Amino acid sequence: MFMFEKAVAGSRRYWLWICVLAIILGAGFACYLRQLQAGLMITGLSRDVTWGLYIAQFTFLVGVAASAVMVVLPYYLHNFKAFGRIAILGEFLAIAAVVMCMLFIFVDMGQPSRVLNVLLYPTPHSMMFWDMISLGGYLALNAVIALVTLRAEREGVAPPRWIEPIIILSIPWAVSIHTVTAFLYSGLPGRSLWLTAILAPRFLASAFASGPALLILLCLLLSRLTGFSAGREAIQKLAIIVTYAMAISVFFVLTEFFTAFYSQIPEHAESLRYMFVGLEGHTRLAPWMWTSSILAAASLVLLLVPRYRHNQKLLAVACGMVFLSLWIDKGIGLIVAAFVPSPLGAVTEYAPTLPEILIVLGIWAVGALILTVLYKIALSVRETPAFFSAPPSRAEALT
Amino acid sequence: MTISRQAFLHMSGLSLLAAAVRRAKGAISGTWWGMAIDVAKCLKQENCTKCIVACSQAHNIPSIPDRSHEVRWIWKDSLGHVFPSQVDEYSALRTLPAMLLCNHCENPPCVRVCPTEATWKREDGIVDMDWHRCIGCRYCMAACPYGSRSFNWMDPRPYIHNPNPEFPTRTKGVVEKCTFCTERLAAGRPPACVEACPEKALVFGNLADPHSPIRELLAARRHIRRRPELGTGPDVFYIV
Repeated sequence: MFMFEKAVAGSRRYWLWICVLAIILGAGFACYLRQLQAGLMITGLSRDVTWGLYIAQFTFLVGVAASAVMVVLPYYLHNFKAFGRIAILGEFLAIAAVVMCMLFIFVDMGQPSRVLNVLLYPTPHSMMFWDMISLGGYLALNAVIALVTLRAEREGVAPPRWIEPIIILSIPWAVSIHTVTAFLYSGLPGRSLWLTAILAPRFLASAFASGPALLILLCLLLSRLTGFSAGREAIQKLAIIVTYAMAISVFFVLTEFFTAFYSQIPEHAESLRYMFVGLEGHTRLAPWMWTSSILAAASLVLLLVPRYRHNQKLLAVACGMVFLSLWIDKGIGLIVAAFVPSPLGAVTEYAPTLPEILIVLGIWAVGALILTVLYKIALSVRETPAFFSAPPSRAEALT
Repeated sequence: MTISRQAFLHMSGLSLLAAAVRRAKGAISGTWWGMAIDVAKCLKQENCTKCIVACSQAHNIPSIPDRSHEVRWIWKDSLGHVFPSQVDEYSALRTLPAMLLCNHCENPPCVRVCPTEATWKREDGIVDMDWHRCIGCRYCMAACPYGSRSFNWMDPRPYIHNPNPEFPTRTKGVVEKCTFCTERLAAGRPPACVEACPEKALVFGNLADPHSPIRELLAARRHIRRRPELGTGPDVFYIV
């Protein structure tokens, strides 16, 4: 098996963490069983707002998954050696994120037992079909790459040459998963908030900010909890990637505002207005969106000033802000607000119910569990002597 | 199974011919269903809901009290909401009600996005649904710019008070909508709502036949469609 023996030998703290995750997972699963029995009525969704937290989490996490390419690309294409220690962490993060994406789609289905209909009746004119292909493919690519390269690392040998084209393929594939996810929304005639050509670029920019920000936080956490060190150069390079991506992402969002509010075409502005000031007195989303905007602005200040960015504590704060800001933007606002107002002008608000939130937390716990186990394996492999006696980096062996 | 080259060629030729004949037949018989709603006639009887009641009874539509979980095939809303960009604030029509249903678009976005072909365009123009194939992803509901689709947020059966054994009930977790009464059309009868209307305000007919009553009505009277600028080609017309 996939070096699983490394995952079952751990400290007390490790097992405690696993237990906490298992409890959250169990609570979420119990709520899901209720949803399975009663139907999606147990959620806060309605005939006007038909997609909510589940689909929004899916959208956000596709970005986290795609962002692995920000580590893979510099390392393998540009032979940027400082990423040697964290490439595998990026790939494992992608695996955990894709699994969560799939689970979020699954729990959103009204008839989950019929999910295989998507494969039984392949429908190329539906973007959802392509999303399934691209997500499944991306999961397989990352699993193979991570397994093969980690095994080579354990044996202290260079990875086999046949993995090289697969790694190269994973780079455009990462871009494709988030592009297809944006196309899921940006091709619908009646939803003005999504009907914008910049949605895919915007998704990619926010993904390349939120994913690496999360990776920085994970690296800092690992160095605190274990002996692992990503290296200052790697962290700072990731910080620069986050800075550029966040600046571009904010710029893209501002262009949306310009088009909507300068053209003053009502339906293009309505959803944005709902997000930030509310419509007909319904302002549930506004505090969230303002929080997201303030966090985005504050994080940019911390990231753009080199003095702050080089300070590891402030960098961690900035990364937390970036992640939270973009999670609010994509993991709540963008999906829900597109349904307000409804095609008939009704302003129906959405708020997730407790069971819905527990299901969401349960899936995040699954992701955290997968990530914990995979990171445990990766770090354990490196602690063994073979790693130190095998100087050729994976990138060197490939290029 | 072995097959000779000659037999293969014969079979291919025959099937091509059959396909061509079928297509030509479709073009000649040419049925393309559509509906015209005479708003003024519809308004003659205030608070009339006969078409809605007839539809609900015919199709086992649950009467769910919670508005956010409602299932609707044909319903009423104000003209200001039905035609947000065409009815201005000085128009007397603004607050008057009009009937709403699936537009059976010529180019339906719901069909385009469905990942399982659980909803499709029939050769006679009707946008049909297979409730046994639908996975309940609700992508069609996001895609429909008219809000014409409903989802079964719960088991609808307890909310069907007088079930019609001739028509299937649905299960929780699937999407449904107006089908222009395909089951009645197959038996040569008009849709239930059309039959129930005391003012004959709903005119149903074949748009492909230039001499059909609906075509003559549309040629003679001013009419509008909901959001035609989206390129969906709605086949429900409002005579105003």
